[in-house]
Amino acid sequence: MSNIQEFDCRPDSQQGAESSLHWSYQNQKPRSPGQNPGVQIREHALLGHLTLRGGAIVLDEAVRDVLGTTLPSRPHAINQNDAGTHSIQWISPDEWLVIVPGGEEFSIEAQLRKALGDAHFSIVNVSGGQTVLTLSGEKALEVLMKSTSYDVHPLAFPVGKGVTTTFGKATAIIRRPAEDHWELVIRRSFADYIYRWLLDASAEYGVTTS
Amino acid sequence: MFHIHCPYCDEYREEEEFHPRGQAHLARPATPDTTTDDEWGGYLFFRDNERGIHHELWVHSVGCRKFFNITRNTATYEIHETYKMGERPSVTAENLPDSQHQSGVQAATSGWQTVGARPESASLNQEEQV
Ligand SMILES: [Zn+2]
Repeated sequence: MSNIQEFDCRPDSQQGAESSLHWSYQNQKPRSPGQNPGVQIREHALLGHLTLRGGAIVLDEAVRDVLGTTLPSRPHAINQNDAGTHSIQWISPDEWLVIVPGGEEFSIEAQLRKALGDAHFSIVNVSGGQTVLTLSGEKALEVLMKSTSYDVHPLAFPVGKGVTTTFGKATAIIRRPAEDHWELVIRRSFADYIYRWLLDASAEYGVTTS
Repeated sequence: MFHIHCPYCDEYREEEEFHPRGQAHLARPATPDTTTDDEWGGYLFFRDNERGIHHELWVHSVGCRKFFNITRNTATYEIHETYKMGERPSVTAENLPDSQHQSGVQAATSGWQTVGARPESASLNQEEQV
């Protein structure tokens, strides 16, 4: 066990915790147009996010034991456990992003630290620094195409892929965990900008938020 | 707009995801204690200003955030290759065929980097005689 001091950023309950978009929700009316909105935007607030760094060989076994999925070794791959609740994404040759249900991040960090022992690695809880938005609807792809220079055509961007790239004038992680929706992992400091960007870009197709 | 192949992400990305960080393969003097001021000065401050093949350090700052190298022609903007840190370039000014080497590059005579440098500017470039 490493001699790192850990502490739980969100002890006991989520009470009092505010999502990265808390301020935006005060200032933007919820959108709910009539039938068949082209785009649905939904926030998955207060999930647990961990940045895991180290060599792939060192991390692989611990990740398999703790998360129930293997470490993605190919660039831009995302692996999920069977239930789809826990995911791990390739960010760089020695960095991965782990996203777990809110409240589990502290115990998962502890389990990973225990499994990795004195190996050379780093785990940082970045839950407070970013949030996840899902984009769905038949026009979601059009909205992405307006927002990023990355090729998001399904042929170039299959299910199970995720990339860090530019988004509007900010940056975001764009992920495609399933056939029917896209995910954006956005930083707290860019959250309001990206949320308003998405509302603006989706307006012509009709957009609902929740 | 460059379309740059990141050797770590193993795909092409837009130039706006990258930042250039100057000349590549700068070796830090191995024995700093005995290195002369001239050598330190050269290592810290003096860079090549190649017209033609140049090896550069870039960082994929918006993507994987890794540093890597690019072999680029500074006259034509052609990117010959990108390669990881610790690797050596396979394309160099020496091994590139002459025809390619010269494409778009006007060779300056008598060692001047700038084509068309006027003779009178020579005096400005000469070291001050004490
Ligand atoms: Zn990269």
